[in-house]
Amino acid sequence: MRNLLILGGGTAGTMAANKLRRMLPANDWQITVVDADDDHRYQPGFLFMPFGTYRPDQVTKSRRKVLNKDVPLVYGEIDRVLPDEKAIVLADGTRLDYDMLIIATGVTPRPDQTPGMLSDEWGVSVHEFYTYEGSVALAKKLHDWPGGRLVINIVEMPIKCPVAPLEFSFLADDFFKGRGMRDKVEMTYVTPLPAAFTKPIAAQAFGNSLDEKGIAVEPDFMLMEVDSEKKALVSYDEREVPFDLLVTIPLNMGADFITRSGLGNELNLVPVDKFTQLSKQYDSIFALGDANDIPASKAGSVAHFEIDIFVENFMQHIAGKEMTHQFDGHANCFIETGGGKAMLIDFNYDTEPLPGKYPVAGIGPMSLLKETRLNHMGKLAFKWVYWNVLVPGRSMPVPALMSMSGKRTDLTTTQ
Amino acid sequence: MPTTTIAGRDVAVDDEGFMTQYDQWDEDMGKALAAAIGVDMTDEHWNVIRFLREDFKAQGETPTIRRVSTAGGVDTKQLFVLFPKKPAKKMAYIAGLPKPLGCV
Repeated sequence: MRNLLILGGGTAGTMAANKLRRMLPANDWQITVVDADDDHRYQPGFLFMPFGTYRPDQVTKSRRKVLNKDVPLVYGEIDRVLPDEKAIVLADGTRLDYDMLIIATGVTPRPDQTPGMLSDEWGVSVHEFYTYEGSVALAKKLHDWPGGRLVINIVEMPIKCPVAPLEFSFLADDFFKGRGMRDKVEMTYVTPLPAAFTKPIAAQAFGNSLDEKGIAVEPDFMLMEVDSEKKALVSYDEREVPFDLLVTIPLNMGADFITRSGLGNELNLVPVDKFTQLSKQYDSIFALGDANDIPASKAGSVAHFEIDIFVENFMQHIAGKEMTHQFDGHANCFIETGGGKAMLIDFNYDTEPLPGKYPVAGIGPMSLLKETRLNHMGKLAFKWVYWNVLVPGRSMPVPALMSMSGKRTDLTTTQ
Repeated sequence: MPTTTIAGRDVAVDDEGFMTQYDQWDEDMGKALAAAIGVDMTDEHWNVIRFLREDFKAQGETPTIRRVSTAGGVDTKQLFVLFPKKPAKKMAYIAGLPKPLGCV
């Protein structure tokens, strides 16, 4: 009997476990998942909780219940991986041996990494919405906030769901309009990027939307510290942006045990081959989802397409064969733009988001890079798809690799 | 792929002038590239540029500011002093490396 150990029972770990359990013979491979608790969060829901669109109880299910019943779930904090001994050790001293290891422990916002961020103002005038607790606290804050200077800030790339801060800005604009207080709120979007987004054509579309909604952009802003007394962001090139309410996306880092085990880079991400997600150091370790260092968005959508390809490679790898499938960095996501509309983008390692139709060329029904009501309905329907199709590891009726068909390639820029 | 002349030699560059062939670079070119963007090279600058060159050779990609600071040992504040305003782009430009990936 061989052991496959999966660290992390989130989006990537659960999808991989559920898919592989159906593919690997039960009398040959045991699959075990390790996680610290039983709360599987629907993370895209964190964006909506501050505005009261989702209630906290709508974004959580039991990890145990969404995992295949034949996959044991071990609760525990991971102390370290011993890659040369093919074992992991939990904080309580429990040792688990493996033949193959999948690291899928994701990334976490780390306000402790920016000087001044975790001051007395944390949870008072300084908020975040990338954790369950943070999102709940921000909902309370916005409920009776009288208005003033709202600053939305990205500390450093890469972050989970790189479009979420834009969506937050659009939804906040909508929220304040709905409350008849938009004129009392001055909004500024402060980003380390040279524009609203990383990819030129999409950046222009998003930049226009920010402009139309009267949201100022402060680009190329590398945050040095949060001055909690002055209530201002201070950049390395000594610009200051004052705020009454700061909604920051702190530095996102992988789990500390990764670097403690000698497996991580400077952000605790596991360096892997970008086509197969096999560790560059050990051929018994893969890292999936946000936990690896592939140059793609950190998002459930990427994890989903990545794992479709990964499971085929995994089967070849354990059979001692060469891995012949290549993940292309494919991602697509709905972007809430407010007013009950959303955009959809579809892209990969080499192709930036382009306008067009998805998933069927010329027909859609979804429109790429364009605000429509149907895209918004798609975004809301996605919660059902997440729990009922993606996480159980069922097949989506869209291809895992990106297709150029239906896209306006004449608009492509060089990057 | 466009080419340009740096320090008297023809080299391949991208649309923004970043050199695209690792082996075409030498320190004379680094000096010329630095002069072109108004950076006066000191020993401290060269330490950073040499780290970028070595790290690229080992890792296959242009290091981020965070990596230069944690693995290269030069703190971020100082990088902004040495390569004002846009250190990530300026360091890569002078070191003859591809523009750092705008992480998605």
